[in-house]
Amino acid sequence: MAAKGDIIIDIERCKGCQVCLDACPKDVLEMSRKVNSKGYQYTVKVNSDCTGCANCAIVCPDAVISVYRVK
Amino acid sequence: MKKEIRLMKGNEAMAEAAILAGVDAYFGYPITPQSEIIEYLMSANTAERTGMQVLQAESEIAAINMVYGAAGCGKRALTSSSSPGISLKMEGISYLAGAELPCVIVNVVRAGPGLATIQPSQSDYFQAVKGGGHGDYKLIVLAPSTVQESVDFIRLSFDLAFKYRNPVMILSDGIIGQMMEKVELFEQQPRLSEPPEWATRGKKPGAKSTVITSLHLESEDMEQVNLRLQAKYREVEKHEVRFELFRCEDAEVLFVAFGSSARIARKAMDLARSKGIRAGLLRPITLFPFPVEEIRRLAGQVSGMLTVEMNAGQMVEDVRLAVNGRTPVEHFGRFGGMIPGPDEILEALETRLEEWHQKQPA
Amino acid sequence: MAEQSIISPENLVYKKTGVMTDRELHYCPGCGHGTAHRMLAEAIDELGIQSETIGVAPVGCSVLAYYYLNVDMQEAAHGRAPAVATGIKRVLPEKYVFTYQGDGDLAAIGTAETIHACNRGENFLIVFINNGIYGMTGGQMAPTTLPGMKSSTCPLGRDVLTMGNPLKITELVAQLPGTYYVTRQSVHTPGNARKARRAMKKALEYQKENKGTCVVEVVSNCPSGWKMNPVESNKWMEENMFPFYPLGDIKVPGKGLVSDGKNGS
Repeated sequence: MAAKGDIIIDIERCKGCQVCLDACPKDVLEMSRKVNSKGYQYTVKVNSDCTGCANCAIVCPDAVISVYRVK
Repeated sequence: MKKEIRLMKGNEAMAEAAILAGVDAYFGYPITPQSEIIEYLMSANTAERTGMQVLQAESEIAAINMVYGAAGCGKRALTSSSSPGISLKMEGISYLAGAELPCVIVNVVRAGPGLATIQPSQSDYFQAVKGGGHGDYKLIVLAPSTVQESVDFIRLSFDLAFKYRNPVMILSDGIIGQMMEKVELFEQQPRLSEPPEWATRGKKPGAKSTVITSLHLESEDMEQVNLRLQAKYREVEKHEVRFELFRCEDAEVLFVAFGSSARIARKAMDLARSKGIRAGLLRPITLFPFPVEEIRRLAGQVSGMLTVEMNAGQMVEDVRLAVNGRTPVEHFGRFGGMIPGPDEILEALETRLEEWHQKQPA
Repeated sequence: MAEQSIISPENLVYKKTGVMTDRELHYCPGCGHGTAHRMLAEAIDELGIQSETIGVAPVGCSVLAYYYLNVDMQEAAHGRAPAVATGIKRVLPEKYVFTYQGDGDLAAIGTAETIHACNRGENFLIVFINNGIYGMTGGQMAPTTLPGMKSSTCPLGRDVLTMGNPLKITELVAQLPGTYYVTRQSVHTPGNARKARRAMKKALEYQKENKGTCVVEVVSNCPSGWKMNPVESNKWMEENMFPFYPLGDIKVPGKGLVSDGKNGS
């Protein structure tokens, strides 16, 4: 079954604040081991449970997440 | 259409001139000796006459920042106050100059420092001409000496303010603001219909947003802004110097005086002439830009200059800079609200004359 | 079997609004300013009033709000945003006008401008970010710093006997006849952020009716100033700020005052 939702994270703009991790109801997000060019760990998607609820994107202070959902 | 001639108090005449000049908004706070301006505007039904907005603010600080907001929208915005209130406005005036917003500020000067007295003075010359707020900026400063000029300069000030995108100050004083004279009013001017392109009027779709600010965090940028401001002030100096000469053709001594003091100095000049002293008078109308060239020219002709100011000696410094040692420059002043009489001015001149003649090259 | 990608334009359900610029925000990681900006921008977007809106930026962390909010804006002197907004609204009454101010700007140096604009019932929206600290200057005490809360100018904690009490200016302005809609929100969870956006949208809609000043306070965090990581700071905010600054409507149209702000404090 194809995923219901998905996200694109602009990792270069992510500041690694982790607020999105708390907001995700499906534990889809974790922090990267690598850092971006600014030196921040960034959010990565680690499973296919995303429902496209957009909670992560709404609380992201830097607006780095775009959300897709099969309608 | 026949122009209207009325007998008006200086402050009220400026208020009426603001309506006639098509000013969009006035924001002010009462303070003696200029409260007639806001009182007149509040009674003049400006909303119906021209649509001009008039608001009594909670403070001079709020009033000048309301001017900033309205000026940032490309509107003709006016405020007025007197010395202690102008001190409060200085923060906002610096921001207006930094953001290059046009506006007009009337200062009906009273004596200082501190709360001092409500009597007339010219002791805000430095504040008006040299800055007053923080940073390298200049106001265009016009000094009326009659009620008629008070009226004419309201209109001229807005023209200059918009031409150079710079705040303009009308440096009046308690004499001109309070006295009544015959004035010829100009015809009603339309309010601005087309906003300038730099004004915040709502971002056009597809266009970049417009921002009014004086903030430039990078020093390289801020230096460029300062250089641009300085270049603008040099343009103002080149094109906007205004002054008036009285009997300077054959003058051997020169009075230099602005505003009310110029009227008294003119009388002293006549008294001097009746005693055989060939006195002349130069009246700077713009205090910035200052009539440097004309004063320099006259320095080669006269044996000395006496500035007459209702302060402890402020404009005298600019006269000395212009003269640059070519002829003696002295100051005579009364201050704290005292107004000099023509006799004492003449006396001050006579006591210096002998000394000046001795200094003349043989 | 490989999953089929659903990432395609027709499936896009959330992206940054065009009322935000593409500029990277300068705020510290996890700071609520970015989300508060975006909720305001989304409210403007939803109402379709981007080209009719003029904002006023304060002095403080959000001094550069005009880098991010893609509307015409004016930068005000510290505390003077309500006076600047008054000047704008008086000459352009048909435009939507807002100020965006922090606690130092709005509730300390700009108290007079705030109260008098609200008392005149100026028809604009005041967005008030309250994080109980001066962030821009490095974490000094704010008018809204909680009793006992530490800052660089009250390193042992705010002693109300010598430093005064935190000012509940939002409850204060709600008392004034000039205010029409006064509410306190937050943007730290998805639900709260959505509510804050709805509040700002409602406030902008009321502006069209010329009913008076609308104030939307956003209780927010300051991870750097509070010296916590962002997630901890949001938890600390819930446990310490919300009891003193309870979320919810304070004054609503048709009902008047609905909260005295005393719950829990």
